[in-house]
Amino acid sequence: MKNPQIKLLLGDEAVALGAIDSGISGIYGYPGTPSTEIITFVQGSKKASEKGIKSKWSVNEKTSMEEALGMSFAGKRAMVTMKHVGLNVAADAFVNSAISGVNGGLVIAVADDPSMHSSQNEQDSRFYGKFAMIPILEPSTQQEAYDMTRYAFDLSEKVKLPVMMRLTTRLAHSRSGIKTYQSREQNELNPPTESSRFILMPSNARGRYKSLINIQTELVDISTNSGNNTYFSGNDKSLGVIAFGIAFTYLMDSFKGKQNPYPTLKINQYPIPNDMVKKIFEECDKILILEEGYPIYEELLRNNIDLDDNSNILGRLSGDLPRTGELNTDHVAHSLGMEVKVEEDIPSVVENRMPAMCVGCGHRDLYDELNELSKEIGNRKVFADIGCYTLGALPPYEAIDTCIDMGASITMAKGAADAGIFPAIAVIGDSTFTHSGITGLIDAVQDNTPITVLISDNYTTAMTGGQDTAATGRIAEICRGVGVEEEHLRLIIPLKKFMKENIEVIRNEVNYKGVSVIIAQRECVKFYKKM
Amino acid sequence: MQDNIILAGVGGQGILSIAAALAMGALNRGLNVKQSEVHGMSQRGGAVQSHIRISDSEIYSVLIPKGQANAIIGVEPMEALRYLPFLNDNGYLVTNIEPYKIPNYPDLDKLKEELNSFNNSILIDAGKLAKKAGNKRAANMVVLGAASPFLSLDEDIIIEGIKTIFNAKGERLVNLNLDAFNMGKDFALEFEGK
Repeated sequence: MKNPQIKLLLGDEAVALGAIDSGISGIYGYPGTPSTEIITFVQGSKKASEKGIKSKWSVNEKTSMEEALGMSFAGKRAMVTMKHVGLNVAADAFVNSAISGVNGGLVIAVADDPSMHSSQNEQDSRFYGKFAMIPILEPSTQQEAYDMTRYAFDLSEKVKLPVMMRLTTRLAHSRSGIKTYQSREQNELNPPTESSRFILMPSNARGRYKSLINIQTELVDISTNSGNNTYFSGNDKSLGVIAFGIAFTYLMDSFKGKQNPYPTLKINQYPIPNDMVKKIFEECDKILILEEGYPIYEELLRNNIDLDDNSNILGRLSGDLPRTGELNTDHVAHSLGMEVKVEEDIPSVVENRMPAMCVGCGHRDLYDELNELSKEIGNRKVFADIGCYTLGALPPYEAIDTCIDMGASITMAKGAADAGIFPAIAVIGDSTFTHSGITGLIDAVQDNTPITVLISDNYTTAMTGGQDTAATGRIAEICRGVGVEEEHLRLIIPLKKFMKENIEVIRNEVNYKGVSVIIAQRECVKFYKKM
Repeated sequence: MQDNIILAGVGGQGILSIAAALAMGALNRGLNVKQSEVHGMSQRGGAVQSHIRISDSEIYSVLIPKGQANAIIGVEPMEALRYLPFLNDNGYLVTNIEPYKIPNYPDLDKLKEELNSFNNSILIDAGKLAKKAGNKRAANMVVLGAASPFLSLDEDIIIEGIKTIFNAKGERLVNLNLDAFNMGKDFALEFEGK
């Protein structure tokens, strides 16, 4: 009974395979949980490599967004992938790509991380999609993720707009059997003969913005009739449910195999289908709104700001569902008034197990050295960054004072030094440095700011599973290139046996009243493969 | 037919291989499968779990609601206990007894006492049996074997799944993992019989 057509894929992988089978010519992105596996799947796919699909990691989300837009300009299909906070980095290009519109199909797959399993916030990318006024698809299942990816490319080419594919952690990182279809060919090279819409000077942009506004009604019609938004009738009209994306699976699960008695609108495509929404509001006494992420539509569908006057709308804002974090079947069942098994406590003998840097990791030794030195220099502040070394915040190290966003180590150290903090030390990884550390370093160099930047170079992007980094072997060269003085560009190997001399190097550079960079080089114990 | 299983352990202990064996086996027989994984920061030595749901009818959510798992399979004893609120009243808790220590790790005897306080708990020294089978790293397959008599999924489906996932790595590894699986199963049956 073996069925070779069915593949067991993560939601991320379903999107990746959907993109390959849709005839993309390139996929661009920067690793970020929970989106990483979209590109790693394409990189490992024999089919993708036979088709010559471009799939090298980009330096950051902005460069990847622009590279994909360039491919689309050329008439070919492209996908961009990133985690939700990556879209902040790509936002300039993202929002403007809706103004210019696209040529070849362009789909932006963004994976949000409600509950912040591996993130700094739980921002909801649907806000961005709505802000840019582009169509969004939000699949409920892995199969829908595959199917809707194909649809997203078709839609993008039909309305000549970028389309967002919004995933969340649970969908991105769970597997299910997927039925796949025939792969289609890539587009021919076909750049526009007249390209003024891609030249966003004000006179062009004003016209383009009007067209974007004018197409909105059509987008609503499309999402009403696409088959991606479904109205299920129900006999019990005391309640209607609007379930977005994966929330629909929690709703259905809560009936434990019995029929859902309530009229239900399942939404997987935006802009939301107004007529269907109107119908459920007319038909039902109360409306329960299930959104995996921010209560965006719950807020929009309330027709005034006084929450008490809208007691017929239930959701995260009304307190019927938790205001933050992922939904699950228990939350949804509870909001439906079902009896949920009283939470049996985790036995008290169970202790928290925090993530930690691996045994044999060079970041550990670097922090040991920094902490040892701190005993003599006292009141130092360490501005760290995003990566495995963020775990230096936890005991036994407790070595860092900040971690905000990609690249913020160097720039915050600069601002703090400007304010008078001394010593101000930045700790940043190699991949994060190329992502958005270099620009900040230039700021510090041109102002000769007294900061010390420790670049902990493990030759890989370790936190997300060991992806290649853009600057392996070239970090010192880059630092020289942006103007770091040769005598204050130091190389150390963070190993126990060099601890004494490494501390000496750090001490000297910390005391230097200008920009110094110390590259601590040691391969990642977990992911680095000898080249 | 339905199985709701929670796999528990620490990053790097082979939870995902257990999940893959169950899922591939079930998928090969045309059953529906949903399985969650943990990627990212928690994988660095943190607690990881996988929900796996297998059914001959439609499965909606990938996450198992509280009190609805029929088995918890632990590759680490404290981690197995962490997901106890998910276990149903007749469910089985099958776990490796060898701890993966952290500085604040609880007293092992207290932990065992807690684990033994359930009727349907099976504690197994999976590393020891795996070593006997040829490699300590096959401890995950030992606990899977020890849990197998208590799952709805037929044993031969799981065995097929194990063959599928290790096939590419050669016959020796397939047999080693199957041996580990069988040792776990025999232990559990004897343990139950007592």
